[in-house]
Amino acid sequence: MNPLLEIRNIETYYDLIYAIRGASLAVDEGSITAILGTNGAGKSTILKTLMGLIEDQPDKGEILFDGRRIDGRDTEAIVRGGIAYVPEGREVFEELSVRENLLLGAFTRKDRDGIRRDVQRVLDYFPVLAERSHQWAGTLSGGEQQMLAIGRALMNRPRLLCLDEPSLGLAPLLVQEIFHIIRQINAEGVTILLVEQNARMALAIAHRGLILENGRFVLAGSAADLLQDPNVQEFYLGVRSTASAKGYQRWKRKRRWR
Amino acid sequence: MIPAYYHTIMTFTCINILLSLSIGVLAGYAGQVSLGHAAFMAIGAYASAMLTVTFKVSFWLAMPAAALVSAMVGLLLGVIALRLKEDFLAITTMGLNFIVIGVLLYAPYFGKALGIGDIPVPMLFGEEMGRGMYTALCLALVAGVVAAVWWLQRSWIGLAWRGIREAQDVAQVMGVNIAKFKIFAFVISTAIAGIAGSLYAHFLLFITPYDFGFPLSIQILTLAVLGGLGAIRGPVLGAILLTILPEYLRFIQDYRMLTYGLLLVLVMMYQPQGLFGHKSFLTEGLKRLFGGEEKIRGRAA
Repeated sequence: MNPLLEIRNIETYYDLIYAIRGASLAVDEGSITAILGTNGAGKSTILKTLMGLIEDQPDKGEILFDGRRIDGRDTEAIVRGGIAYVPEGREVFEELSVRENLLLGAFTRKDRDGIRRDVQRVLDYFPVLAERSHQWAGTLSGGEQQMLAIGRALMNRPRLLCLDEPSLGLAPLLVQEIFHIIRQINAEGVTILLVEQNARMALAIAHRGLILENGRFVLAGSAADLLQDPNVQEFYLGVRSTASAKGYQRWKRKRRWR
Repeated sequence: MIPAYYHTIMTFTCINILLSLSIGVLAGYAGQVSLGHAAFMAIGAYASAMLTVTFKVSFWLAMPAAALVSAMVGLLLGVIALRLKEDFLAITTMGLNFIVIGVLLYAPYFGKALGIGDIPVPMLFGEEMGRGMYTALCLALVAGVVAAVWWLQRSWIGLAWRGIREAQDVAQVMGVNIAKFKIFAFVISTAIAGIAGSLYAHFLLFITPYDFGFPLSIQILTLAVLGGLGAIRGPVLGAILLTILPEYLRFIQDYRMLTYGLLLVLVMMYQPQGLFGHKSFLTEGLKRLFGGEEKIRGRAA
């Protein structure tokens, strides 16, 4: 079976910065795939390239969604094709009500009744939002805003949902709740591509994981394998830091895949 | 018989409401500030005046044509505005105001500094329209534009505009075609300004480039900002207040502009959302006076 999303050897320039240096990735339908990496590794850039948000990029390579080329197309067309995106830092429309935020999420759809049903569905899904459906989104707490951002993306009825660091700036309990929701959305048949720094949480729900460093994928495998990998454990999960002969912790031992 | 003085004030109030709504659509909904909206009023006024004076076209055709010409220039500005944001857009629109005035002043075709005179009074049923009829026409146009803006605001278009105003990049990821909706906002807004210009020309019957300078642009923005950008209520009430208030302030003569300025500073300090904006002192007060229902609903939630 063909993967739902296939990225083939893309290279992306951010102005003059060579951000993605030949990355390939396949996301199977129905799976949760996590992209892990440190700050500046290029995780968000991959998603932005995928969504067509960086002008004239990718510079090289192909992106296929459901077997069709989508690289170089307008964001509008990509969204219409069934990919939804939750931007980093839960960007809600602050001076629009919760309900209006959701309606904007369904902007590419035309079926009024379906949209009305889906607003209700999302509000049922997130009862906190239902209580505040007429409030300005800017008055919500961070966790509620993240839920709204996810709910808004679901309004597009996506086949693929891309999330950029949904755990950013949230308390641990809230992070757990958000990840629980992501898993639930996946169980309902939505394929998920997740970009995260919180490797432990991401690998706990993902089927597959990829490690990105300096614009290249350096390691890929099933989530279980990655959790067992000693390098991943040391650099991304923070366990088993080996002590030197003198008993100091050796932070500098970091292995580079270059 | 209502004295002509009141007709004049009412007509100017209507023209100001249109201008204020025009800025309201652009800056309030779509979030694109224009510091040169007098230019579009000028384009509308000149188009209407020249069509009726030079080409003897009927006012009833000249006014829609004026709106169209203004909207076409607005479309051009909209395309330029796609590459500009916030401050840079504001400065660019300001520049446009100076360019338009400059062209009207120095190009031989537009009557130069003398402007255009002898603009015909609109005809209705074979007779020249009286002051009362003209005021009625202005009121009807205001009602029509308010209805149109109200419809736009409630439609997907209004939602897209507000999405662009709040967070353009995110609106794009929701599948909103930013370019299309931004340009559309410019077109609608400048068309309304063009109508206002046409009404102005056929009321005063004599226009010069100096009528549409930069100070007027600022005044137009002030109308909407003082009332409260974003909704119909704010720009409309702001325009009414700021057109009628100076008339009652005539007794302080020289201090009129000073009072005006002070009022603006105070509003921006204490009610930055505008006098009639979201949750402003006045709206909440009026709600408390009249809207018992609102209060009950608020408590239940």
